Amino acid sequence: MTSSKWFVVLSAAIVLAIAVAACGSSSDETSGGSGGSSVSGEIAGAGSTAQQAAQEAWIAEFENENSDVTITYDPVGSGGGREQFIAGGVAFAGSDAALSPEEGELEKAEKRCKTGQLIEVPDYISPIAIIYNLPGVEELQLDPETLAKIFNQEITSWNDKAIAADNPGAELPDTRITPVNRSDESGTTENFTEYLSEVVPSIWSYEVSGDWPVKGGEAASGTSGVVEAVAAGEGAIGYADASQAGELGSAKIKVGSEYAEPTPEAAAKVLEESPLDKELSPGKYTIAYKLDRKTESEGTYPIVLTSYLIACTKYDSTDEAAAVKAYAEYVISPEGQELAAEQAGSAPLSSALTAKVTPAIEAIEAG
Amino acid sequence: MSQVDTTTNAGQLLAAASGGRRRLGDRVFSRTAVVAAVTILALLAGVAIFLVAEGFPAFTAGASELPEGKSFIDYAAPLAFGTVLASAIAALVAVPLAVGVALFITHIAPQRLALTLGYLVDLLAAIPSIVYGLWGIFVLGPAAVPVLKWLEEKLGWIPIFEGPASATGRTMLVAGLVLAVMILPIVSAVAREVFAQTPRKLMEGAQALGATRWEMIRMTVLPFGKSSVISGAMLGLGRALGETMAVTIILSVSGAVTFNLISQANPSTIAANIALNFPESSGLAINALIATGLVLFAITLVTNMAARAVIARQNHE
Repeated sequence: MTSSKWFVVLSAAIVLAIAVAACGSSSDETSGGSGGSSVSGEIAGAGSTAQQAAQEAWIAEFENENSDVTITYDPVGSGGGREQFIAGGVAFAGSDAALSPEEGELEKAEKRCKTGQLIEVPDYISPIAIIYNLPGVEELQLDPETLAKIFNQEITSWNDKAIAADNPGAELPDTRITPVNRSDESGTTENFTEYLSEVVPSIWSYEVSGDWPVKGGEAASGTSGVVEAVAAGEGAIGYADASQAGELGSAKIKVGSEYAEPTPEAAAKVLEESPLDKELSPGKYTIAYKLDRKTESEGTYPIVLTSYLIACTKYDSTDEAAAVKAYAEYVISPEGQELAAEQAGSAPLSSALTAKVTPAIEAIEAG
Repeated sequence: MSQVDTTTNAGQLLAAASGGRRRLGDRVFSRTAVVAAVTILALLAGVAIFLVAEGFPAFTAGASELPEGKSFIDYAAPLAFGTVLASAIAALVAVPLAVGVALFITHIAPQRLALTLGYLVDLLAAIPSIVYGLWGIFVLGPAAVPVLKWLEEKLGWIPIFEGPASATGRTMLVAGLVLAVMILPIVSAVAREVFAQTPRKLMEGAQALGATRWEMIRMTVLPFGKSSVISGAMLGLGRALGETMAVTIILSVSGAVTFNLISQANPSTIAANIALNFPESSGLAINALIATGLVLFAITLVTNMAARAVIARQNHE
């Protein structure tokens, strides 16, 4: 008896709560139309998980200013994003790797845009930090060779001579090194291993891919998993999006004759100095870089993840074209990039780069 | 006479009336039951067909096209090994514990305590597996680090404790223990049900012959519940084999096939591997993942059939 009475009270309370919540949200929708812009409709995007935090921030801010637009971004992963874009399921995609001609992806993506052209521009650049957990060692400097040897498990102890040589004066304990890598396939792994194999090919002879190639290390899923594993394990070292490093120490990496920190500025500078990848950038509006990982110039940090925004110049409906255009404009705008830097710790596009990618976004139209 | 007639007539009428009603009810009931049974079969067949159809390309593909550049057997074997190993640890730990809990609740604890305890054990089943995963990585893992170090130092000569001990505790042993906690409720619930049904006569008989409580349990309760405990253990094993989230989060997977339970290099499990690699996979890699799903399906099928065979033999004896 009493239990059924409780049930009635409880369900009444739930119904009431839902009703109140519904009223609240509907009044929000009607009152927020002060943006005064003409775009409307719903557009969907999907792709890279690295871009997720930035995309969420962009969407929130963009929808705030354009209340008639609904944008969704499904962080299914870069490969999934590219697939959905090609299949026409989403209007735009985010991808940690540029569309490649090898598996016919580039061609298929061009076809997806029908009479329009394919757009592919960098919209998210983020330094990958080498995070470590070694109590008592506040600063750590590593040259690429030592870094590669730590991650391929040739160097197994923190007081190894090679590490000591990079850190004169530091007191290094004899703790065992636990290298931590991603257990899931990821763009972060791909960019990090690409750096190692380009800079120290004699030590790092593995094929570059999103799967970590070395067996026997500590493996954790997702950026947060790696950060958690490094934080939990004394003597652990790993690689993660710099914005997620939290309170862990980040190693400085030797570039030229200096040791560089993973700052957004240093990451953006690498892209500025890198040439376009001709093979990956066949069209007028495809701007894919061949990152100059071997750079020796001062103030650059070459372990960088570049993520691309993929879209078309032509969309069937006027609404869709206008919405994609407005959103993409916002993403690459200085305000959008600044917001991503704040919320996701990315490196804002330099003004030179912004100037280069703007014509591609400007070309979006209905047709 | 006439009175007898009327009563029999009334009886027949009543029988006819209620019989007619029962016939309609029976029809509805049997139809519903048949539909339910067919639905289950169709679902199972649907899943099997999907796994075979989508997994097939991976079986025939060359090694170079598959993930990690290995043939499908080489790709799936370490995963199958890891799956079975993690589940075996879970079952080895959980089954004795569950039987103990069930005996305590049904035959030893005072009723009030037994009710509360039974309720609490059942509550373990209501915790989502992701929460177990987080608990494993944030609490049990770090807490296990000194234990793992101790095992390496003192018992390192046993291959399963060879080490080097993990610095984070995210090892096969910890994953197996978390799985054990996860399957404990189902195994103990089944054991509890059957232990409580042990015929009173048998137990009283044993005690009348001068058996102590433990002897009484050993002579009557355990043999009576044996086959049900086995099927409960298999249900638990089934859950452990397919468990995804907790293993995905806890286990540090590096693909190594090893019985070493305390190091950072562990084989992955099939379910965890699918969860980890599906998001960034495309093309044949997805077929390969689905094909490993088929392998898992086969493993669970074999486990269940083995359990049935064991139970059938038990009942025969």
